[in-house]
Amino acid sequence: MAPRRLAPADLQPREFAFTAENYNWAKREITKYPEGRQASAVIPLLWRAQQQAGGWTPEAAIRYVADFLGMAHIRVLEIATFYTMFNLEPVGKFHVQLCGTTPCMLRGAEDLKATCKRMIGEEQHVSADGKFSWIEVECLGACVNAPAVQINDDFYEDLTPESFAHVLDELAAGNQPQPGPQIDRQLSAPIGGPTTLTSMTKAD
Amino acid sequence: MLDDKDRIFRNLYGQGDWGLEGARARGAWDGTKAILEKGRDAIVNEMKASGLRGRGGAGFPTGLKWSFMPKQSDGRPHYLVVNADESEPGTCKDREILRHDPHLLVEGCLIAGFAMGAHTGYIYVRGEFVRERERLQAAVDQAYEAKLIGKDNIHGFDFDLYVHHGAGAYICGEEMALLESLEGKKGMPRLKPPFPANVGLYGCPTTVNNVETIAVAPDIMRRGAAWFAGIGRPNNTGTKLFCISGHVLKPCNVEEAMGVPLRELIERHAGGVRGGWDNLLAVIPGGSSMPLVPAAQCQNLPMDFDALRDLKSALGTAAVIVMDKSTDIVRAMARIAYFYKHESCGQCTPCREGTGWMWRVLMRMADGRAQKREIDMLLEVTQQIEGHTICAFGDGAAWPMQGLIRHFRHEIERRIDAYSANPHTEPVAVAAE
Repeated sequence: MAPRRLAPADLQPREFAFTAENYNWAKREITKYPEGRQASAVIPLLWRAQQQAGGWTPEAAIRYVADFLGMAHIRVLEIATFYTMFNLEPVGKFHVQLCGTTPCMLRGAEDLKATCKRMIGEEQHVSADGKFSWIEVECLGACVNAPAVQINDDFYEDLTPESFAHVLDELAAGNQPQPGPQIDRQLSAPIGGPTTLTSMTKAD
Repeated sequence: MLDDKDRIFRNLYGQGDWGLEGARARGAWDGTKAILEKGRDAIVNEMKASGLRGRGGAGFPTGLKWSFMPKQSDGRPHYLVVNADESEPGTCKDREILRHDPHLLVEGCLIAGFAMGAHTGYIYVRGEFVRERERLQAAVDQAYEAKLIGKDNIHGFDFDLYVHHGAGAYICGEEMALLESLEGKKGMPRLKPPFPANVGLYGCPTTVNNVETIAVAPDIMRRGAAWFAGIGRPNNTGTKLFCISGHVLKPCNVEEAMGVPLRELIERHAGGVRGGWDNLLAVIPGGSSMPLVPAAQCQNLPMDFDALRDLKSALGTAAVIVMDKSTDIVRAMARIAYFYKHESCGQCTPCREGTGWMWRVLMRMADGRAQKREIDMLLEVTQQIEGHTICAFGDGAAWPMQGLIRHFRHEIERRIDAYSANPHTEPVAVAAE
């Protein structure tokens, strides 16, 4: 673990409140949990708050979610600092989470890091145009499609520095590159086609 | 090789329809009511007879785990919690179930919930799996719509199923940390006992199972325990999803019989080791927490719980990370040490301090900037972490380092020799801080 701190005061918006749509969604979300256990919804609500706030979690959102759920502010601050998907500082419009754990490292994650540095800049800094930021994260769980990155909600897999640069270029140009493997391959099946289930696929 | 007809995950690669219709065509939700009509005890006994061992890493017998739940409720509700916080490096099997065969999981939840008297189930999906979570939620919605689950469903057992998610903490894959997280707290494991079957979620009897464990239950009930037990060998039965990553030509997920030889797994399904079998250096057989196995022991290695235990490793999640001879093995393991440093929850001192210490020492050893006696010191520290923490995370951080020293001590020594043979302005560092 490493200490994670809130963004400096000059970056913090003073107020945060759910939009009407998110407010109603949050009210429904709480009903998943038994009476009096609404604190269970803290991660989903904080996650929704982060999305509303543009990809990061301001202190005002932490206080808002705490009040919404009837929790002490410190309890929600603990959640926001413990769980690493809560970005405590502003991020780019496209936030790249680059997997650097051993299975991805063995297949070239280090080269992708160099691509990030070249095209976006230093880790955990938003690019000048506000479009990109990147961070090295631990195992994304797409190891047979290594190396992989997650950009906002989507995974891009089987990357090379070239195909990764292409994905970033497409995003910068306002296009939506196809998520998933960036080589000719059916998701997690072996390259060239499955070695199993060959009799089943026809039946489907 | 396992016959296609014996496979449970017939949409593993997402070529078919993941939805209710497609799942039904592949046999899901077939005769579920008849399964429930057999009764709780019959289901638990069938699961015991199948020999199924938990697929989340520890390999605890599933039927036995289910039988720990109280037979009669003392007024507290019972809960089923499914662990979909798949984060063990190398492992990406539950992801395929969530996005391509979610109905097997939903049906499994109903059967498991019934077998333990739980009318409510939660599926805890790791935060990064946004699309997978959306897919699973869609499948749950379909099941509600078709009255397969929910209140007054066609199976006659009220069962509510909710999809919950985390936010990027590996430790929440530990069952007690998962329950804490699900209650809205930091994911810090609780001491056991009390065990979750007595005091789990919200202080109520709870069973936590892995996605794959739950998703294979309907097929076991439909085809019978004898069918499942007939695959593999005693104590290591059934089929298993293997994830083969790293230095192979065609990394992939594949469902195979338990006990499939490692070489067959790599050569038949994953296209072989890069540069040929003889270029193999070592494999990590069960996710990053498990000690590596050097190439010399890989020749005729059956991939199951007992065979790997005999090599002082373990099957874990059956995530095979292959490393060829180009691998900087010390650096590869140092990266795993960094993973554990990053993911330690910080609750227990040996793990919080020890994981960072191990990483720093290994990074020096990767360069050779160390003393040979530090290798034994490192080994000793791993033994002081192992078994001295609340949860098994400490063990999982220590074992890979022990495996490295057991099999590659000579490589660390070689680097130290190479470094100290050259003149440096910096003195060789003594013990780490």
